[in-house]
Amino acid sequence: MATSGVTHAHAAPQGFIRKYIFSLDHKVIGIQYFFLALAAVFVGMFLSLLMRIHLIWPAAQLPIFGDIKPETYLTLLTMHGTIMVFFVLTTAPQSGFGNYFLPIQIGAPDMAFPTLNMLSFWTTFVAFVVMIAAFFVEGGAPLHGWTGYAPLSALQGAGPGEQLGADLWITSIAIFCAASLMGALNFITTILDLRAKGMTLMRMPLTCWAWFVTAILGLLAFGVLLAAGILLLMDRNLGTSFFVPGGLSITGNLVKHNGGSPLLWQHLFWFFGHPEVYIAILPGMGVASQLLSTFSRKPIFGYKAMVYAIMAIGLLGFVVWGHHMFMSGMSPYSAFAFSIMTMAIGVPSAIKTFNWLGTIYKGRVKFDSPMLYAIGFVSLFVSGGLSGPFLAQPVLDIQLHDTYFVVGHFHLIMGVAAIFGMFAGTCYWFPKMFGRMMNERLGQIHFFITLIGTYAIFMPMHYLGMAGQTRRYSQFTEVAYQTKLIPLQTFMTYAAFVTIGAQAIFVFNLFWSMWKGPKASDNPWNSTTLEWTTATPPPHDNFGGHTPVVNHGPYEYSVPGAPRDFIMQTDPAGVGTGAH
Amino acid sequence: MGLALLLVIWLITFFSTYFFVAKTWWLPAGAAAAAPWIDHQFALTFVLMGIIFVAAQAALGWVVWKYRDQGAATKVDYSHGNTKLELIWTTLTAVLFVGLNLMGSHVWASERFEPAHEGSVKVEATGLQFAWYFRYPGMDNTYGRTKPELIDASAGGDAAVGLDTTDPAAKDDVVSGTMYLPVNREADLTLRAQDVIHSLFIPSMRFKQDAVPGLIIHMHFTPTETGDYEIACAELCGLGHYKMHGMLKVVSQLDFDKWLASKEAEKQ
Amino acid sequence: MATLSPTAAIKYPQTGRGGGAGVPPTFSGGGGDRGDSNSPNYGERLRRARLGITIAFVAITMLFVSFTSAYIVRKGLPSLDVSTSTYVHEWIPVNLPFVLLAINTLILLVSSVTMELARRQITRQAALAPVKSIPGVSLGPEKHFPWLGITVVLGLGFLIGQWEAWQELAARGFYLATSASSSFVYLLTGMHAAHLIGGIIALLYAAVTSLRDRPVEARRIVVDVTAWYWHFMALLWIYIFGLIAIAR
Repeated sequence: MATSGVTHAHAAPQGFIRKYIFSLDHKVIGIQYFFLALAAVFVGMFLSLLMRIHLIWPAAQLPIFGDIKPETYLTLLTMHGTIMVFFVLTTAPQSGFGNYFLPIQIGAPDMAFPTLNMLSFWTTFVAFVVMIAAFFVEGGAPLHGWTGYAPLSALQGAGPGEQLGADLWITSIAIFCAASLMGALNFITTILDLRAKGMTLMRMPLTCWAWFVTAILGLLAFGVLLAAGILLLMDRNLGTSFFVPGGLSITGNLVKHNGGSPLLWQHLFWFFGHPEVYIAILPGMGVASQLLSTFSRKPIFGYKAMVYAIMAIGLLGFVVWGHHMFMSGMSPYSAFAFSIMTMAIGVPSAIKTFNWLGTIYKGRVKFDSPMLYAIGFVSLFVSGGLSGPFLAQPVLDIQLHDTYFVVGHFHLIMGVAAIFGMFAGTCYWFPKMFGRMMNERLGQIHFFITLIGTYAIFMPMHYLGMAGQTRRYSQFTEVAYQTKLIPLQTFMTYAAFVTIGAQAIFVFNLFWSMWKGPKASDNPWNSTTLEWTTATPPPHDNFGGHTPVVNHGPYEYSVPGAPRDFIMQTDPAGVGTGAH
Repeated sequence: MGLALLLVIWLITFFSTYFFVAKTWWLPAGAAAAAPWIDHQFALTFVLMGIIFVAAQAALGWVVWKYRDQGAATKVDYSHGNTKLELIWTTLTAVLFVGLNLMGSHVWASERFEPAHEGSVKVEATGLQFAWYFRYPGMDNTYGRTKPELIDASAGGDAAVGLDTTDPAAKDDVVSGTMYLPVNREADLTLRAQDVIHSLFIPSMRFKQDAVPGLIIHMHFTPTETGDYEIACAELCGLGHYKMHGMLKVVSQLDFDKWLASKEAEKQ
Repeated sequence: MATLSPTAAIKYPQTGRGGGAGVPPTFSGGGGDRGDSNSPNYGERLRRARLGITIAFVAITMLFVSFTSAYIVRKGLPSLDVSTSTYVHEWIPVNLPFVLLAINTLILLVSSVTMELARRQITRQAALAPVKSIPGVSLGPEKHFPWLGITVVLGLGFLIGQWEAWQELAARGFYLATSASSSFVYLLTGMHAAHLIGGIIALLYAAVTSLRDRPVEARRIVVDVTAWYWHFMALLWIYIFGLIAIAR
């Protein structure tokens, strides 16, 4: 409950458990979320590795796992999608970096409700454990895809893994919904109520705006997913028929349900699912804005427009869910309406891209590794985003729905651009969190291999989609025109080997630098925002006994007349011209 | 480093664009009446998005190189933006995106807002784990009754769709594992599903529609070239999703009538 | 493990920041919850807690909005009769035990009243707390009517009443999976009851903290926010009752 209005009326915690396990400190909680996401991404990447191997060598006998049956492939892809979307993309950018840096960037000593914060992390952790448990129960994990369409997900007899495994999957997601709602509540209250003096909303770094709008999206969307999950659990176990129509026959057995609507599941799921993908990308956009400005030594181009664009993306994100359902049997008139709104949402995204380019233009670009990833983010966002207008048109979606074109589209944006946002944030904030610098050379090598590698994996998916290669096929040997596309799939698998292998460089860099990296100063990037005004790592209450007062906007770089090429937000008023 | 970035971004852009322009892997040849319109909309979208893609990536590569830090001499243009420019490019983007969509929507409307015309060939496609069955209503142009209790997929044919042979309208229904259609005649397709959601996808016909249990969905398309066209299931339906494929054979009206007659004869 | 927050950096361990003698002048800002004195700023904390619970209301509302839209969609949706290949409307209005539900509604509304009385009582106590610390001042024997306890009892009464209503529904032939309409009745009333249980746990927590002698201002925040939640539960119930009764 929201009773811990206490932020720092108590001493710093003593003892290992209170300091590192059940900590109320948002910085510790942020790092806990970060490591949870790291564990999840290892699992998710490993699953995708198995998937890529199976697609090219369906009959291969793997060490330990033996052969991967078609149903196992579907289990791999279901769990890969679920774990990546929830426990990586919804966790690290928002709950990880947001928890650590939101309070500091707005000048607060902690989140509004520290106890709730701790609770939300451990609830997420429990959700993860339940999700992983699905692999180990009888029947294994479900095979219905991360989207869990009914009746496949609603009937225990619809396939292997659709018994206890599917129930655990839904339960895990329900627990995750509760955790996310708690987190969203905390973020929103913190931003509304705990900003330091002088930190007006329009002086907040764009990272904070992104976390803010993302939290609002989460607050409104996760309740809907929770409702859908409850209804699905009821259909599966209590004989209700929310999603299951009558007259069904599964492998010769008559199904007793009657009167439900599979499309109802899709509407509920995608009403959540579309805002969810914006939840996954907005924090990365915030980080990109922050870094492009910092490392171009130039204010972000069009701060106000960027804020409005974030808000527009958030708002419009709620009225486009039907574009996932153009082929579903939904009314074609609704499809038309959804498609217009979907094209509209391309506009604020385009504004952001123009503004990122405008930020670099006539700047003074430094190529430290955080900036490399931020530049990569822009490139990947452009690539992933521009396949959107194809899918947004129902008449083209006829050909492209449920093909690899869609898989390429969302992987470039969520699976690569958002991840680059995380790489960028990690390299940028690592010095503040751990007091040391990450290795630049390793960062550069990792960046280039990953950029080229991910393009090599996911760009060809667009070609495959055009050629009609359907998604979620465990092998391509049965459909003649798809067999012809296997060579390109093979290329993608090899690219995946290289790219996944290269991630070891990043992981090594991360852990090695924590102990052996060169010591970092308090502000190694000469950045302007509040986290760089405080000690490294920040003290328990973030600012060592005083509350900062903000006099400047967040991106005052290269201000004419200023003594150095950046003005920190807490510098005295009147330094340089153009304080905003 | 700026140069390395520029080169990498430009090369990635070049190779990506090359394979799109060369159409190395591309849409299968269209064999339906709607194909030219749909393909035209594809082409238009490609050209426009392609121009934006190349321009944006080229600009990104260019600015990171051109404005790299070259020491004290590098001057920064301190600016918070340009509202006029923002308004211009926002408006242009909105006009482009929405305009593109509106252009495609008239094709969508003609495909989907209207039902099939008089005189079209009726065929019902039923998806089940893991096969498609196609039913023709016969001379009475009426589909006979089906009952879930009568479904026996292993028996194939009539039993696979649970045809109730006591219904007089069912007597002349023909059930086939292969879809036959006469060329240049509109097909009035009815889609059904027995267990979970499936999707009938015929790439050459530019046709895709989910088959949803609990719904009877009407769609139509007109094949314009004879030939054999593969059908793939395009909605995850279980472990056999990858092998739930079928075949559409588009033949002359004469051959279609002959085939139908022979199937009717088999039933006697 | 690299240190995450060096405790040695804290100069004022008792307070964390602000307050106390010997502290350099600070610009105290909106970010803190400490006032000029050494005591926590309860006014700010109350406001923050109320903001938090209001945001929680949004999330809970979305949950019930989803259930409502599923309800309305399902009610209006015809279902396919496979044997005739026609769509039929088969919505069976539930034979609701109106009397029982009306009694439960009354109990819940009365509990809202007692909850509000509890809230105002502790607000007064919290307001008077600084007065009591003045030496020599006494407010006389302290006698607090157990409004909180009564609210808990009424809340439990409501839950028992809802259980009775479910029994009655079953007796009338409407089980959870009998029909779409009955599924929704059980779902909506059940989810409301689940949330109400949460509210009762919060009330019990408030009662327990009073026994543990926590400062009354802190307890006041718990009771205040729980009261808001409790009233929200009452409003939610009226909505749900209205929905299942009218949109039958």
